[in-house]
Amino acid sequence: MLLAFERPAIDWHAVAPEIVLLSVGVFITLLDILFLEKARPYMAALSGLGILATAIPLLTLGIDGTERVLFDGAYVVDNFSLVLKAIFLLAGYVVILLSTNYIVDGDYWESEYYGLLLASLMGMIMMASSRDLISVFVALELLSIPAYLMVAWRKRDPKSNEAGLKYYLMGVFASAVMLYGMSLLFGVSGTTVLSEIADSINAGNGSSSVMTLGIVFVVAGFAFKVSAVPFHTWAPDVYEGAPTPVTAFLSVASKAAGFVALLALIFVGFYELSNIWEPLIWILAALSMTVGNLVALRQTNIVRLMAYSGVAQTGFMIAPLAVAGHSLATGDQALSAIITYLAIYAAMNLGAFAVIITLARRTGSAEIDSFSGAFHFAPGLTVAMTIFLFSLAGIPPLGGWFAKFEVFRVLATSGETWGYLLAVVAAINSVIALFYYATIARKMWADDPSESDLNTVEITPSLISALAICVLVTLLFGIFPQLVARFTEVSLLASGV
Amino acid sequence: MENLLDSWGLTVATFSPLVGALVMFLIPKEKEYEHKMIALITSLWVAFVGLMLLIWFDLNATDKLQYVVDKSWIQAIHSRYVVGLDGISLPLLLLTVLIVPLCIVYSWNHFPDPKNPKTFLILILVLETGMIGTFVAQDMVLFFVFFEVVLLPMFFMIAVWGGPNRKYASLKFFLYTLFGSALMLVSFLSLFFLTGAESFVFSEIADNVVAHTVSRTAQLWIFGGMFLGFGIKVPMFPFHTWLPDAHTEAPTVGSVILAAVLLKLGTYGFVRIAIPLLPDAAVEWAPWIGLLAVIGIIYGAFCCLAQTDMKRLIAFSSVAHMGFVMLGISTLTDFGINAAIMGMVAHGLITGMLFFLAGSMKERYHTLEIKRLGGLLIQAPKMGWVLGFCAMASLGLPGLAGFWGEFPAILSAYNPANGLPVETFRTFMVVAALGTVLAAGYLLWLLQRSAFGTPKEEFADDPNIHDATKTEWVAWAPLLALILAIGIYPNLVFRATDAAVDASLTPCLTIDADKATHEEIESAHCSDVYGLGDHGSDHHAVSKG
Repeated sequence: MLLAFERPAIDWHAVAPEIVLLSVGVFITLLDILFLEKARPYMAALSGLGILATAIPLLTLGIDGTERVLFDGAYVVDNFSLVLKAIFLLAGYVVILLSTNYIVDGDYWESEYYGLLLASLMGMIMMASSRDLISVFVALELLSIPAYLMVAWRKRDPKSNEAGLKYYLMGVFASAVMLYGMSLLFGVSGTTVLSEIADSINAGNGSSSVMTLGIVFVVAGFAFKVSAVPFHTWAPDVYEGAPTPVTAFLSVASKAAGFVALLALIFVGFYELSNIWEPLIWILAALSMTVGNLVALRQTNIVRLMAYSGVAQTGFMIAPLAVAGHSLATGDQALSAIITYLAIYAAMNLGAFAVIITLARRTGSAEIDSFSGAFHFAPGLTVAMTIFLFSLAGIPPLGGWFAKFEVFRVLATSGETWGYLLAVVAAINSVIALFYYATIARKMWADDPSESDLNTVEITPSLISALAICVLVTLLFGIFPQLVARFTEVSLLASGV
Repeated sequence: MENLLDSWGLTVATFSPLVGALVMFLIPKEKEYEHKMIALITSLWVAFVGLMLLIWFDLNATDKLQYVVDKSWIQAIHSRYVVGLDGISLPLLLLTVLIVPLCIVYSWNHFPDPKNPKTFLILILVLETGMIGTFVAQDMVLFFVFFEVVLLPMFFMIAVWGGPNRKYASLKFFLYTLFGSALMLVSFLSLFFLTGAESFVFSEIADNVVAHTVSRTAQLWIFGGMFLGFGIKVPMFPFHTWLPDAHTEAPTVGSVILAAVLLKLGTYGFVRIAIPLLPDAAVEWAPWIGLLAVIGIIYGAFCCLAQTDMKRLIAFSSVAHMGFVMLGISTLTDFGINAAIMGMVAHGLITGMLFFLAGSMKERYHTLEIKRLGGLLIQAPKMGWVLGFCAMASLGLPGLAGFWGEFPAILSAYNPANGLPVETFRTFMVVAALGTVLAAGYLLWLLQRSAFGTPKEEFADDPNIHDATKTEWVAWAPLLALILAIGIYPNLVFRATDAAVDASLTPCLTIDADKATHEEIESAHCSDVYGLGDHGSDHHAVSKG
């Protein structure tokens, strides 16, 4: 019997963003091969333009607004995926702005760097549409493998090499655990498409203990990716060792990608089994917030501090999931809250890293003490950093308050004691977090500079653009939260249940 | 004019300072004179808008919100931009718009180190936006946002321009307040969801609390969260420890704003939100609030007696005075809460003035250690008299503003609202009255040690010590005049607050169980915490028999 392969129908409009991004990536790689050093100065600009070009089909898809299902439900382009793709692209664009001078100054390979960055970004925007265990896994690997390389990009620095190896080993281990979990899910339900897994659960397979084990493994695998306690141990070392723009990329985009997959799995796949994942998430959230914040208190290196604060922020982001199974309405709200948080977090965290990169260029150190008195030699950067830090702490009227507010809102709306309890844990944690954020701000404003050199800091145009974007977004989202809220009101549950 | 005020008045008053701050942000910091002028003009403009709001304010309907603006803000969470002004907000709004220009005038020629007038003035203007916004917001989320906006500028004011221990003090201030407000936010949200209200607007939440009767336990917890949020801000014993540190370290202007306005945000929160929205829970919490209030009065007074630093002494006197305010509030009566608002205004004027004086003395003596001071009346007689005047006002001398804050608050505890334990509150009354004696003690002692006698040797011939300057008089005169004016004619404040306070309290609290008819009590639908059910029917039976 002849096995005839029939190409499934492809909605070209739906996959246009992926195709554009892929073409740009290929184009850049070809340029590098053909022109070698001559092409080098144009790489950053070309990648940036490529990302902007990718945004065009995204816009047309958004205006069109219909939900497009491809490959028998394995790949879906809906509002949820569009919003996240937009977040990924914007974050990727800012990371390119951050990288521009850093990579040149360090005399690192440049063309390859941007090629890898685009490849990783490609994995992320695929992740946003994946609704199938296999496409989720492929997207995950596509976004992770380039990231392993980029972490080790400062090849003459042993710390960077150590970080790369650590990240690689931990990442592969997490992938393996997750893959095992996926195989269990497949074994029970007999399908890899998430919505069909949901059907299988509804049909009575949900009570199987193998299913439970599968869910626990998959959630644990993504907990690695989003660096939730107790799966966070790789983060500080990797963040510290990696080139700082890559750290920014990991802490925002890569984390968001992990969240996206987790959301798709939970909401589309096993929403009905909330009795399994809700307690799991509750523990992860409470632990991440508390441990992340408490350890962050003791840090002296700002990048490590940002790593631990990122762990704590993960705890906040994941918290709404702990009550998402309460009702469909709560589930939708939890989803919106997490996406809102991701969008605002992307702006403020990238902004904070932009300031760190700029200041570290001058001080040559990432020790918090080297930022003392920054107000005297870099007033503009100090104001920007203050905005980002207090936004991260959730102080109105800066963007972060609305993100935190949304989390509290979901936790309170469930009306369950567990929800209130987590809200109180979160409230206490926002105070702890404020302590170290405010300490940094206070050092920058009130302390005397450690050096006598009071020359102002030179800021490159690309860094200025990155900072301007982040400050603007952080302020606008804080004062007019409706700007972000109208886009994040999306739902995955209609198709899931 | 009236139409313009109706639709724009409050919004302009709230955001004008922010516009001024933005303009200043764009001007390079070397142009100090321009910065000062812009800040002054902005704050005077806001004061002018405040004055217009007062002139067009309908004083015969102070219980109604006026100048209401209701616009869509964050649809996704049903929060709206709703601002309005009633008799409770009006005096506090006016206090704010008065204090800020005075602070800018006062700092005109003596900015604390490290100078940088640009940033300092920008912070003051941002602070003003937050303060005005809090007093006019009528939506919980909007209120929360403004309530928090004041934190950042004050944090930086203390952390950058403060005294030697400024780092510790600024962080402590920030952390304490944020802790309270985070729990307050959780309370707001729970209340919103438990009532099933359509929006966060106060009036709507209040209606829904009445209609849906949130369970008693939930109300108690929610009130507890708000109590922490507002109580820390007031600050009430035992959450007051941030206050002496913050006051002592803050620059003069920071202390003035902190004492005059920021502390009032907490008490205002009780009067505006906690009590009107959750009256049943308020009744159960009130005895505890009253207890903490009188502990604050006595404890604050004793701490004052033990202080060696003048500024710290004034800070602790704030704890005691805010205790009187909270005692008035805890009676849940029309009388007590009116007294409390009067107390807020009076404390704002008097303690603000005392901090101005402390700042001026610090500038002259370079110390505020009381035992090194003395003979102010000889070296700077006018300042000495002003200090005496303020000390008298602060200890509650009849004829000055302080009296009308303290005396009615004490008196109101004699007859607390329905459902409150009368004996307990009468005990509080006696203890609070003792507190006034202690207040007289520490204030007169302060006056005696710092103003009377002869100057200490080290300062005897110090040319630096001179009498009040012109800018100081400009900054002080309005406050001194108001302390006297309100003291002589307290109706200036009571006229605005009385009807508004009455309207904010549920009839259950204020009904006179002995005189009201059975029907009146029935129609109020009071829950059993007010103890009206039995009493009312007894009365009915008796009158029938």
